[in-house]
Parts: sequence; structure tokens; C-alpha cells
Amino acid sequence: MDLDHLVNTIGEWLRGSGPESDIVMSSRIRLARNLAQFPFLSRADDATRGEIATVLKKGVTQLSKGLGAPLNYLNVDDLEGLDRQFLVERQLISRELSDSHGSRGVGFSDQERVSLMVNEEDHLRIQVLRSGFDLDSCWEEISHIDDLLQEQMNFAFNEEWGYLTACPTNVGTGIRVSVMLHLPALVLTKEIQKVFQALQKISLAVRGLYGEGSQAMGDFYQISNQVTLGKSEDQLLKNLKDVVPNIIAYERKVRNAMIKENRRSLHDQVSRAYGILKTAQTISSEETMHLLSSVRMGVNVGLIDDLQIPAVNELFLQTQPAHLQKLRKATLESAERNVSRAAYLRQKLAGHGGVSEN
Amino acid sequence: MKCYRCSKHATLHITEIIKSVPHELHLCEDCAQQYLKNPDSQSEEGAFKPSGTSGDKPLDELDKLLCPTCGMSFREFRNQGRLGCAHCYLAFQEELYPLLENIHGETRHCGKTPKRAPIASQKQTDLIRLRNELKQAVAAESYEQAARLRDQIQTVEAELQAEASQAT
Ligand SMILES: [Zn+2]
Ligand SMILES: [Zn+2]
Repeated sequence: MDLDHLVNTIGEWLRGSGPESDIVMSSRIRLARNLAQFPFLSRADDATRGEIATVLKKGVTQLSKGLGAPLNYLNVDDLEGLDRQFLVERQLISRELSDSHGSRGVGFSDQERVSLMVNEEDHLRIQVLRSGFDLDSCWEEISHIDDLLQEQMNFAFNEEWGYLTACPTNVGTGIRVSVMLHLPALVLTKEIQKVFQALQKISLAVRGLYGEGSQAMGDFYQISNQVTLGKSEDQLLKNLKDVVPNIIAYERKVRNAMIKENRRSLHDQVSRAYGILKTAQTISSEETMHLLSSVRMGVNVGLIDDLQIPAVNELFLQTQPAHLQKLRKATLESAERNVSRAAYLRQKLAGHGGVSEN
Repeated sequence: MKCYRCSKHATLHITEIIKSVPHELHLCEDCAQQYLKNPDSQSEEGAFKPSGTSGDKPLDELDKLLCPTCGMSFREFRNQGRLGCAHCYLAFQEELYPLLENIHGETRHCGKTPKRAPIASQKQTDLIRLRNELKQAVAAESYEQAARLRDQIQTVEAELQAEASQAT
């Protein structure tokens, strides 16, 4: 399959169509599974890795029929670095799978909602991604996929410890439930720290989203469960379903307060961010993320009225290094990418009148 | 309490939460801001090292503690944080309990189970063991033994497949 045709599209989960998608970028669930008849990957030589990949590739093909939706399968070991990075940016594969070695692969649906990673840390990592705050749909879909796969294969399972995984931190349900939140107002007012403190107490993990290098990116934070053993999938989902609405409400409250009390300075910040993105001649990935974050909030609070959220989401993705290079059909060094990124942004944002005057 | 990075007064107490045994961090506001923006671990799952378990046992004892199915020693597991096969959970049961308790606060699964009973789990364990023996035979250039093991693997696989097709 040719990846190039994906360059001008975005995955369904980025379209901003799901519930609360002004603040919740996406909901994601992944399941870790291992085939019962093979050793885990730390004890698998190249030949065994190859056998595992063959079994699971066949499994993905069968699954495709069961789902009635085509799944594209790629041998990740055949892909060049740029293509692997491209898949990482789209969240179809993890950085770990990209950087690993030997036989490995990924199967994913056309809408990019479903992806199945083969020979990552476990033999199989199933992932479902959806726009907005929609964990129930994610669970329904991923559990169905898991059931269909289990009609064809046996996963390592034990009554006492549940699904057995390479790392004991994933054993039991093998589930990671996560929600990606855009929290610019909480970051701006430093209220975010209170959120972090509250979340730790109920053993939820928070991570920033990373772009090029190790800079935090665009005020996006991912919240997920840490515990996988001793609680049911429903309980683990419920944990997030209970907490996330409070964070959303908090972010909204702070945004409203800022509009009420500091409208001018917020308007100024948003307008400057938009202005730079429309006119810069060279711009780094970090600065782009940072400014797009302000613009995204500006759109959501009505300070920018000629731009839609899906368009902003698309810019977050398309200005990433591998996407830029695929768009330009060239390998670009960092400095060249910055020039190319600025040109891309100017072109995409041209014709947008600007910041609203109210 | 002092901030562990700059020794100003620590106002934030963060439990290191990236796939690790809980680990307290005490930070001042500036360093916490920095930390939250840019935690040390960049990978989503973080690096997991099961530190502190069985710490009282001498190392050579941990070396001798082997999974009979895949040949991994408990010491190897401690070093890389990844188990060698499903059977390791049984082989290292005693050592894993405190670790699981530490990570999850529980030690018993409660959640989704396979719809049908897993068939012939002994055969699956045999396959993992045979594959490990094959790996060693190849490494030792014992090609006759390797050929014999390949045949055995094929036989067991065929038996498993036959049982699976009967079951459905
Ligand atoms: Zn400090
Ligand atoms: Zn083992």
C-alpha cells in the first residue's frame, strides 16, 4: 500500500466531530494481547518473531472480513524511517514499534480509527481512537475486535492474572484507556497543577504530548489509567468517565473567567498567535504547536470566527516533520522544514480574514 | 521539605506515575512546572524497572531462579522489566506477588475472560519450551537436534490445530 495518498487526509478521530471535542481531542483504548503458543518478544529470536508476525498478519486479514471493513496491513520492517515517522505522527503506530527491529507490522482501517500493532512490546496491541469524549464507543468496538480475534486464536490468559503481558504493569485486562485533552486556559493560569495533584490521588497518569525533540506540545495532555489488574474494564472506564467531565468544566470555567476579566489581553494573545502563523517566514514545530494552541482556543471561545476546529486540528498534524516532508515530497533538514512549514501555514491560512472585531 | 532539583521549598508532591512502582517527587513550583511540561521519560509507557523486589535475595540465587519453559532467569527479568513467556508468571509467582501488589494494589484479575476455555494449554507451553530449545540448538550449531526439534514443533502445532478445528 502507498502511504502518499494519506498525506492530504486526516484520520476520522481528528475531525472534531465527537462529544466535547472543543476540549477533548480524542478518546483512545488499547488492549495488550499475546499468542499463547509463543514466547514473549524478549525471548523470541528473529525466526520466532517472523512466525508470530505471519500468524497475526493472517489474523488481521481474517478480522477484516469479520468486521466487513478493510484493514490495510503494512510490514513496518520494510518501511523507510520517514514512513515510520509518518505513521507515528498519525498515531497509527507507537514510537516503540517504529524504533524496534525485526519482523513487525500494523493493520489499520481506512478511517484510521482502528489499528493493530504486531510485535510491539506484546505480540499484539489493538487500538481504537475516536474523536471527542467517547470511551463507550471505543470499548464497544475494541471488545468486539478482541472477540473476533479470539475466535481464531488463543491469547495467553490465566484465571488468576487475566491476560498475560510481557510487562507486569499491563497484566490483567491489558487495557489502557486514555483521553487527550486540550487545556490551554488551565496551563495559562497554572491551575493545571491542581488537576495533576487530584489525578495522582486516584492513580490516573498524565502525560504531555510531544512533538519534535522533547518540548511539551500545544497544551495537550493525555490522561489514562495506570492500574490494569483487579479492576474490570467497566470500572477502569468509569474512573475516567467520572473525572474527565470535571476537568472539562474546569477548563471552560477558566476560559469564561478569562474572557470576562481579561478579554483584551486574551484577544491580543490569540490575535498575535494567528498573525504570526499567517505571516512567518520560518517557524519551528514547537512554536507552531504553541501558537496553534492559542488559535484553537481562540476559535472555541469565539475570538476567531473565520476558522473551524477541524482545520486547526489538521494543521497540528500536517506541520509535523514527516508530514511536511511527505507533502513536499522531499527530505528536508530541520532549517528547511522550518521554512517549508511557514510557507505551508501561510498558504493554508491565506484568505482567512483574520481575528473578529468584537 | 526541599525541592529535589533546586532545593527551594517544595510545594508540590508528585508521585512518579509512569508505569513504575510509585515514587515520590518533591518539587518547588517552578521545577514542577518544568517537570510537568517535560517529564524525564518521553516514551508513552515509560521505562519500567521492577526495582526493589526480592532485593534481599543474593544475586546468584536470582540467577538460579529460572522459568523452565522459556529459560529466563528472574535476574534477567529484574534487569529488563519484561518477562520471557506466559509461564514466567507461574515460575516467578512468589517474587511477582509483591510487585503486582505494588503496581496495581491488587493481585487478582477481575475483568474480561476468553469466551471459550483455552484449549490444550499444556501443548502451548510445550511449544514455547521447544522453541527455546530450538533456539539454543541453533546457537550451539547442533543441527541434527535442531532438525529433530523442528519436527516436534510441527507435530505439536498440527495437533493443536486439529483440536482447534474440532472445538469450533
Ligand atoms: Zn525547584
Ligand atoms: Zn518463561
